[in-house]
Amino acid sequence: MLRFRDAFTPLPFLGASATAVRSWRQTQRTALVVLTAVFVTSAAMAANGGQPSIFSILIKWSPLLLWGFLFNLLISILSMGAGTLVGVPLGMLQTSPVRPVAAVARFITQFFRNAPWLVMLFICVMLLPFEIRVFGLRIPFPDWVKAVIGFALPAMANVAEIVRGAMISVPSGQWESAESLGFTRTQCVMKIILPQCIKRMLPPWMNLYSLITMATVNASVVGVNEMLTLTAQVHAAEGSRPELLAPLYAYSLVCFFIYAYPIGKWTEYLERKYQVKD
Amino acid sequence: MQPVYDWFREFYERTGINLTFIYDGFDRARMIKGFWLTIELSIITIVLSVLVGVLGAWLQRTRLKPLRAAVDGFVSLFRNTPPLVQIYFFYFGLGFMLPRVLDPSTGSMVPLITNVQWAILSLSLFAGAFNIEIFRSGIEAVPNSMIEAADSLGYTRTQIYWKIVLPLAIRNSLPALGNNLVNLVKTTNLAYAIAVPELMYVSKQIWSDATNVREMMIFLLIAYIVLVQLLVVFLNWLERALKIPGYGQTEGA
Repeated sequence: MLRFRDAFTPLPFLGASATAVRSWRQTQRTALVVLTAVFVTSAAMAANGGQPSIFSILIKWSPLLLWGFLFNLLISILSMGAGTLVGVPLGMLQTSPVRPVAAVARFITQFFRNAPWLVMLFICVMLLPFEIRVFGLRIPFPDWVKAVIGFALPAMANVAEIVRGAMISVPSGQWESAESLGFTRTQCVMKIILPQCIKRMLPPWMNLYSLITMATVNASVVGVNEMLTLTAQVHAAEGSRPELLAPLYAYSLVCFFIYAYPIGKWTEYLERKYQVKD
Repeated sequence: MQPVYDWFREFYERTGINLTFIYDGFDRARMIKGFWLTIELSIITIVLSVLVGVLGAWLQRTRLKPLRAAVDGFVSLFRNTPPLVQIYFFYFGLGFMLPRVLDPSTGSMVPLITNVQWAILSLSLFAGAFNIEIFRSGIEAVPNSMIEAADSLGYTRTQIYWKIVLPLAIRNSLPALGNNLVNLVKTTNLAYAIAVPELMYVSKQIWSDATNVREMMIFLLIAYIVLVQLLVVFLNWLERALKIPGYGQTEGA
């Protein structure tokens, strides 16, 4: 089927989507060039005679740093999983026709959405107990588990908002025509609105996951042994030479970039694929 | 104000709820300073990041390929790396490489760019990278039928862009832009990590001195929620003011 966009000579402002494939390759190339430039420049600044080269230092500490990075990923996956499990029902409740239910759900969402992530993290890490006793059973609560809760709460609120946003962004005509066809509200939500929503929700959900992954380094501020904490320790172990800081932090930047960039590209691809143009 | 201060001091003695930043002159002074710095950081970074976003979205439409590629590279780099590491990289990594300059007022050597300026710079670039994408997808989300209709009504391309696409694109971008700006206000407290004396940092100082972690935490939460709520109210007003009937969800459906 020939779409209007294809039939028409590309307007200047539609250029971006028409040349999407080409610009993707270009982006990849640019990103690689930028990263390499950052890395090499900082490494070159750090390289001076007598001292071990920055590359040998990075290679030496890579196992430790990458272990820290894996820990970041674990925190991000657990937080996002928990946040989604609670966030989806919370989002659906917000569109409930029962006013009080919608209001309570709305309040919870707004509260945790407006609370800054770093403050939430501080609160969870400093005010949650270090263990819980249930029927004489002791469940230990290490810092990183509290950090997961600290990230899961804002994740939950943001997922809820994504669900709500997707549901109300379905054109009102869809609700009205479903109603006039005799669908009940539940049927309408389950059979008409939600199927359209999943496509709309997936890209922002993945964006949120990306943001959560980026936020996991904040856990270093409260002393969780993740990548950024380990980076500081490596820096200290190598004699705290200030010229090592740029390459060490660049190393973290590169790790996160390699992980998040494909996710971001996949999100963009899904956004294009699911785009509802009328 | 003295009776109020006394009341809070007595309140502490009665209940154990220690709000030093109200009754203690020293804590009060630094809390007010910290609060203002957070507001300042928020406003400056919001303005700069929106500028970065508009400029970037505009540059992405030029015919110059290298320029487009540079904007794309910038966006992917800043979107896909943690803002905290960016701040560290800028402040510790690059800050170390810059020369120190003589401060004429004190006669000592000071960094060329202060930690507050690094925080503003890196936070604006981080949020700006998101804004570029938001403005771009806002432009792309304008229905083709609108363009088709305008075209059949005899609008020129320039007219279509300025009179049809852009006004709708702004409305399309607003919710996402609002989200990002709210996130930005909440992210300003990452400057805490490089010792910028904003709300979070000051609170930490106060709870370290007075060991009133719980009170300070609750206060922080309320303070940020109030700040964010102010922005949300403004953005909601803007969204309502720009609303077109029939475009998007109608109220009460």
